[in-house]
This record gives sequence, structure tokens and C-alpha cells, in this order.
Amino acid sequence: MNRMPTWADVILVPLVSLLLAAFFSAIVLLAIGENPWEALKLMVEGSVGSTYAWGYTLYYATNFIFTGLAVAVANHAKLFNIGAEGQAQLGGLGVALVCLFLPFPHWSIALIVAICAGALFGAAWAAIPAFLQAKRGSHIVITTIMFNFIANALLVYLLVNVLKPSGTMEPATASFPDAAHLPSFNAMFSSEETVRFRGAPANVSFFVAVAACIGVWALIWRTRLGYQLRAFGHSESAARYAGISPTKIIMVAMLISGGLAGCMAINNVMGEAERLVLNSVEGAGFIGIAVALMGRSHPFGVFLAALLFGFLYQGGAELALWASIPREMIVVIQALVILFTGALDNMVRAPIERIFNRVGRPPKPERKLEPAE
Amino acid sequence: MADPVAAIELKGISKAFGPVQANKDISIRVMPGTIHGIIGENGAGKSTLMSILYGFYKADEGEIFINGKRTEIPDSQAAIGAGIGMVFQHFKLVENFTVLENIVLGAEDSAMLRPSLARARRELKALADEYELSVDPDAVIQEIGVGMQQRVEILKALYRGCDILILDEPTGVLTPAEADQLFRILNRLKDEGKTIILITHKLREIMDITERVSVMRRGEMVATVSTAETSPPELAELMVGRKVLLRVEKKPAKLGDKTLEVRGLRVVDDQGVERLRGIDFDIRAGEILGLAGVAGNGQSELLEVLGGYRIATGEVLLNGKPIDLTGSRSDGQSRRARGIAHVPEDRQAEGLIMDYTAWENTAFGYHHDHKYQANALFMKNAAIRADCEAKMKKFDVRPPDPMLLAKNFSGGNQQKIVVAREIERDPDLLLVGQPTRGVDIGAIEFIHQQIVALRDRGKAILLVSVELDEIMSLSDRIAVMFDGKIMGERKPGETDARELGLLMAGITDTTLPHSAAEVEAQLAERHGAAGKEV
Repeated sequence: MNRMPTWADVILVPLVSLLLAAFFSAIVLLAIGENPWEALKLMVEGSVGSTYAWGYTLYYATNFIFTGLAVAVANHAKLFNIGAEGQAQLGGLGVALVCLFLPFPHWSIALIVAICAGALFGAAWAAIPAFLQAKRGSHIVITTIMFNFIANALLVYLLVNVLKPSGTMEPATASFPDAAHLPSFNAMFSSEETVRFRGAPANVSFFVAVAACIGVWALIWRTRLGYQLRAFGHSESAARYAGISPTKIIMVAMLISGGLAGCMAINNVMGEAERLVLNSVEGAGFIGIAVALMGRSHPFGVFLAALLFGFLYQGGAELALWASIPREMIVVIQALVILFTGALDNMVRAPIERIFNRVGRPPKPERKLEPAE
Repeated sequence: MADPVAAIELKGISKAFGPVQANKDISIRVMPGTIHGIIGENGAGKSTLMSILYGFYKADEGEIFINGKRTEIPDSQAAIGAGIGMVFQHFKLVENFTVLENIVLGAEDSAMLRPSLARARRELKALADEYELSVDPDAVIQEIGVGMQQRVEILKALYRGCDILILDEPTGVLTPAEADQLFRILNRLKDEGKTIILITHKLREIMDITERVSVMRRGEMVATVSTAETSPPELAELMVGRKVLLRVEKKPAKLGDKTLEVRGLRVVDDQGVERLRGIDFDIRAGEILGLAGVAGNGQSELLEVLGGYRIATGEVLLNGKPIDLTGSRSDGQSRRARGIAHVPEDRQAEGLIMDYTAWENTAFGYHHDHKYQANALFMKNAAIRADCEAKMKKFDVRPPDPMLLAKNFSGGNQQKIVVAREIERDPDLLLVGQPTRGVDIGAIEFIHQQIVALRDRGKAILLVSVELDEIMSLSDRIAVMFDGKIMGERKPGETDARELGLLMAGITDTTLPHSAAEVEAQLAERHGAAGKEV
């Protein structure tokens, strides 16, 4: 019997995991002769200590929200989408194409069209593994991993041979026209007296990400499609009994998942770089897996987990900049967080559950069985 | 009792799983050389008690005495050492090993296999002679029948030198004839001085074979009585704690037009095995057709075809109009739209989403229904919840809490949720598979009444069950299935368990007296056919 209250499940367990990760990170830092306390202060200062710091943290978080939601939606249908990385790359291609080749009168229209293009390209990239899973039974984990490599190779080819403006050495597209530039937080929140978020990449896409969280929540728990999707995820045999087509659910879930991953491009490609560069996704697709795991595939959990990973990314970058901690150690710390919050989730959960079961309320009195009249 | 030393004595055994008290202060004495029955509803704590005895769980309190000696049983190795053998409901055999290999498995004498196998072969022969338990030592498990597999389990226990044999629901997968054979073996073992504990929920078996019977109810041992001095109604009352109706009361059927007509239905599964081999039958409005048969003879496939999630060839008419068996309209949703409701055989794998709340399960399969839909996109969750609450009240689901997850209800209440959902649609045809499997007696009574009430409203019902008693008491007409074919139809008043049992074993000529040897030969043939399916 599981009598662990919900708050412990969604707050306490991740918190304990996080503390464990912090503890082991501290040991790692001590081992290389650094002061963990100073490191923590640097990380906090560098990631949430100023609007500039927040601007970076939220920028990273926006990426992770999109990829986290992508993995979460697929998770609800028991599909493990490891391909958010490749889908986000293709989303970047879609965004770049519309930004480069369509004339936009205003950034808001550009944003809407870019969202559609990113989602379409991401979804199309997810559609092939989804089809192979639904019709041919090829395992989606394998195919989506493969498609990450294919996406990468495709972009290398396109950026080097097709989209690179002549006369440049860098495998990247030309910069997007001004009309396709999204307002940054700096432009949105600075007043005449104070300048906020100066130089930070956070932009209006953050609000699109928040809206996506709400949209996914409604999709999963309020719509018929979400109902069928979750039912399929819980029990394929029961879904078949109920007349829910596995093929349809696998396709639809993966299309939505790929679409969300593709939407990430409005943040990193359109909002920040304002052109498409090689390897623009920078592993956010994989971070999305950890984010979805930690956020228990719930949009609000994904939001919080994405913020945390935004903090880790930005804090880690600051740490590498100001302390003599090598960049590799930052990756170790991030990996520890992923390890504890994601992969070792049950290691923390089981003992906490046991504690709650032991000290919890006394067993309910047994219900009497009255004769049914 | 004359013999003061019990083969097994349990004193004050208690075991709790978190807040659930599975066993509460249980004491029991089992005399050597007897067959002792333990009876109780699902979740009464029978299996927990036996798991403690076999070393799977450790009791929180209490002591175990074997032949008068206090014994600690921390694991199953210790149980085997103490002479206890167990035959589980689901056999623990390696399917692609031979009988001999299975028997030796875990009891090898040395690192090399050959000497062990040679010794096992000798001992197996001795055991077979002593207890009349003949099996072919070189047969591969997946190619022999269920009854034979069970023999192998018994031989495994005997090979390990057990004096006390525990059997957990041994007849669940057997035909009546196979069950009779099993009981003959058990009696023989008893005569040779073995002690046998038989766990079951079937009153008839207890009455047939045991000397004494202990009744468990909600973790407690409520009575231990001599079988000769008790009766099925008394045992049922002890199990449930109140008087229960063992027979279904129903008026004679008022038959209407043919609701369902099935013609030449064939199903070939993914492995290319023909599961249905030309089925023909009708069901009229206001009629319950009971489909008897040992599990795995095509009943499940038939339900799946009619329920819309298995492809078949042939012809099925509902109210005179054909049903799409292969095309785009052959899915559960289209069937429901045509007025076919389905209580599936396995409520946990099919009928319910165990991780959905009760209210979410109320709409399951009917989630396209306009009464659950606010618009094309969103569902009307509040309306579904209200609907669930009403159904829970009407069908006496306990606890009546729509927010509870399906997995947190007892088996009987889970089944009531499914039955309520399907029957309240007022379907023209109701498919019911194993409606009372793993359901307590009180709920069985209620579910049977609901099925009969639907019949009396003039609806057609196809009842599939492996419980012969259930088929005989509910059906207006009985069809018996064997190996993908219908062997014959009988009226419940004009047949008996013996005749149906023969049909279930594929023997159509039930008029002639059958010797045990003939039945055995038929069964062997049947197992040959069944073996290919595995």
C-alpha cells in the first residue's frame, strides 16, 4: 500500500535527490581542491543573482521546457522519445527557412509562422520512427537515436552545401532579416531608468513555452485525445479492447512530441542566434529526457525541472568562467543531478515511501460487509 | 483426533503488509496422512499463509511446528528441507525443458548433469510405480497438457522428498475429468502417508476430497470443521459471514428474435494456428447462451472477434445486419455503436485501466459518446464523475469513491465497475467473459442477478466461463467448445457435469459409458493438439 502523500511524491523526493546530488558534487569539488561552498555561491550568483543571470537561466530553461514537454507527451503514451535532439535540429531548419525566405511585416507574425514551421519539421522528423514503430514494430528508442545522427548529418550537408552564404567559411545560414528578430527580455522589460536583462538571450519564446505547458496539461488531462493517449500508455491490451487504435495513438503522440521539440528552435535559432548554426541544439534534447523524468511527465513538473536545469547550465557556465574549475567538472556535476533525479529516482523514493508507511496514519478500520439487499 | 502429533501446526501466525493485516493470529493443526482443505474468498489470506509456510514471507508473529518440532522457515530451501512441497496455481516449469530436466532443476547432485539425470530417471520410475504417477520423462513441457504439467509439479515435490504437499487452486485449469484424475492421485498420496493441504475456493472440491476444512475470512481463521459434519451452504456462510444464495433464481426465458447469428467463423492467429475452426451459433433476444470449455480452446478468440479487436473470416449478423469482421469498421468502437457491450475475461488487462480513477474508467470504451463530450476536443469530466457516482451507487461498489484508482478496489468491486459500465448501456448483445473470476461470493451473487436482469429485459447474452457451475446455473442453453469448434449444445436441465466434461474434452459420443482408459486416451490426443498451440 502506498500511502505517501502527493506533496512528498512531487516535492520531497526530487528535493532529497537534489541534495544527494549536491552532496556528491561537493565531494567531487573537494577532491579537486575547490571549496564547494564558494562554488555554490558562484553558481547561485551567476544564475539568479541579477536580471542578466536570470536572462540566461530562463533562456536555457525555455529550451528545456520544449524538449521536456516533448519527451513527457511521448512518455504518457509509453513511448520513449530519445529523438528530441534531432527533432529540435530539424525544427531549427524549418524556422530558418521561413525566417530567411519569407518576408514578414512584423515579428509577431514571424513568430507564429516560425512556430508552425518548427513544429511541422520536428513532427515530420518524428513521424518516420513513429510509423516504423506503429506499422513495423521497430523499437522507437533505437530509431529515434538513429534519427538524431541522421538529422545531424543532414544539417551538416545543408549548412555546408546549400544554406551557407557564399564567401563565408562558417557552416551557418545568413543572419535572419530584422523583421524576424524576436523581442528579447532586454527590450521588453527595460524602462527608461533601469536596464534589465542586458545582453541576455532570454526572449519572448519563454512565454510561448509557458503557454505550451498549459496546452500540454489541457491536452493530457482534459481532452479525449489525452485520455486515449494515457490509456494506451497504461495498457495497450485495454486500449485495444476499448477500440483505441494503437497505430493512431503512436503516430499522434509522436507527432505532437516531435512538434514540441521542433518548437524549441524559436528560442535558440530565432530568438538567440538569429541564424541557423551547426549543432544549435547543444544537447537540450537529451536534457529534455532528464527534465521529463524529474518532472514526472507533468507539465508543471517539467517547468520546474527545466528551471532547475537552466540554473545548473547557467551556474555551471559561470563557475567555469570565474573559478579554476575545469569545464569537464561542470559536466560531472550536471551528470550527477541527472543521475540522482532521473535514473536513481527509485533509490530515494523507496526508502521515503517506507518511512511514510511506517509513521503514517494507523490502518483504516476494515469496512463491514453488510448484506446487500 | 487420535494422533496427538500434527504434521503441521501453526500457532498464532500474524502477518501485515503495511496497514493491511493479511493474517491475524492464525492457528491450525493438520494431521498426518490426511487431506486438509483451506477455503476462503480471494484476499482472505490463504495464499499469504501458505507463502509463510513455504518460506516466501516471514511471519511477524507466531510459530511453525513440523511433526511436533518447532521449525524456522526463512526461505523455500528450508521448507523443502522440512519436507514441504508446493504446487503453485501457475506452474513454475521451464517450458522448453523436458520433464526430467525440470524435475532435476535446482536439485542437481553435482556440476555435471548426466549423473543427476540418470538418478532422477530411476527415482522417477520408482515414484511413478508407487503413486501411479506415470509421465514420459523425455517429453518437453510445452508439448504436454496442463494436467500432465501439474503431475510434473507434484513429482518435483516428491523427488525432493516432501511429506507435506500444498496445492494452490489446483483445478483452476483442468477439465472435470482431469480434476478427477488429480483427486485420485491425491487420495493415493494420502494412502501412502503423505499430508496434503488443498487451497481452493470451490466448495464442491472441499466436499469431495478433504477430511477436514479450515475456513478463512479477512485474514482470520474463522472455523476448522470436519468435512463430514458440514455442508456447502454452511461453508459459504462461514466464508462470507452471511447467508448466500448459491443458485441463481431466474424465471423461464422469454425468447425473441435472433439477435446474434454466427456462421462459419474462423480465426487464424499470428503464429498461423487456427484458433476458431468454423463456429456456428445463434443467440435470441432474452436468452443467455453459456459457452463452456477449458480455457484456451478458442473462447477468448471468439469474444475478441465479437468485441472487435481480432480479425476473423466468416459471417456475423447482429439483428439481421452483418458486422464488419476485417475492414475499417472492425474495432471496439464500431461494435459498441452497434449495441454490443463486452465484459472482457481479464478485467485488469483489458476491462480497466488500473492506473485510471474509477470515473475515468466509467467512460472507457465510450469516450466518444456525446454525453461524455463537451465538444470535439474536450471531455466533460464533471459529467463522467457524476455518472460514475450514480453507477457506483446502483451497483453497490465499495468504497463508492469515483476518485479512487481502479487498482485500489478489490477484485469484486473492479468487476462491478466494468459490469456497471457495460450493462448500463442497455446493449442488444452483452458479451461476458469469466464474469466472476477472482470475485468474492457476495459480489458473484450480485453480478449474476444483473446478468439475469438484462436477459429479462429481452437482451441477448453470450456467457463464457470455465466455471461449469456458473454456466449450468446461468445459461438458458449451453454450447461446449473444444479446440476451436463447438462440440454440441445442451439444455441445462437435460445435462450434467459429467456429460459436459466429456464434451469439454472433445468427446462427442457421450451416450456410451466411458472407461477411464478411454477418457485417458482421448485426453492424451487432446493434449497432442493443445501442445501445438503453445
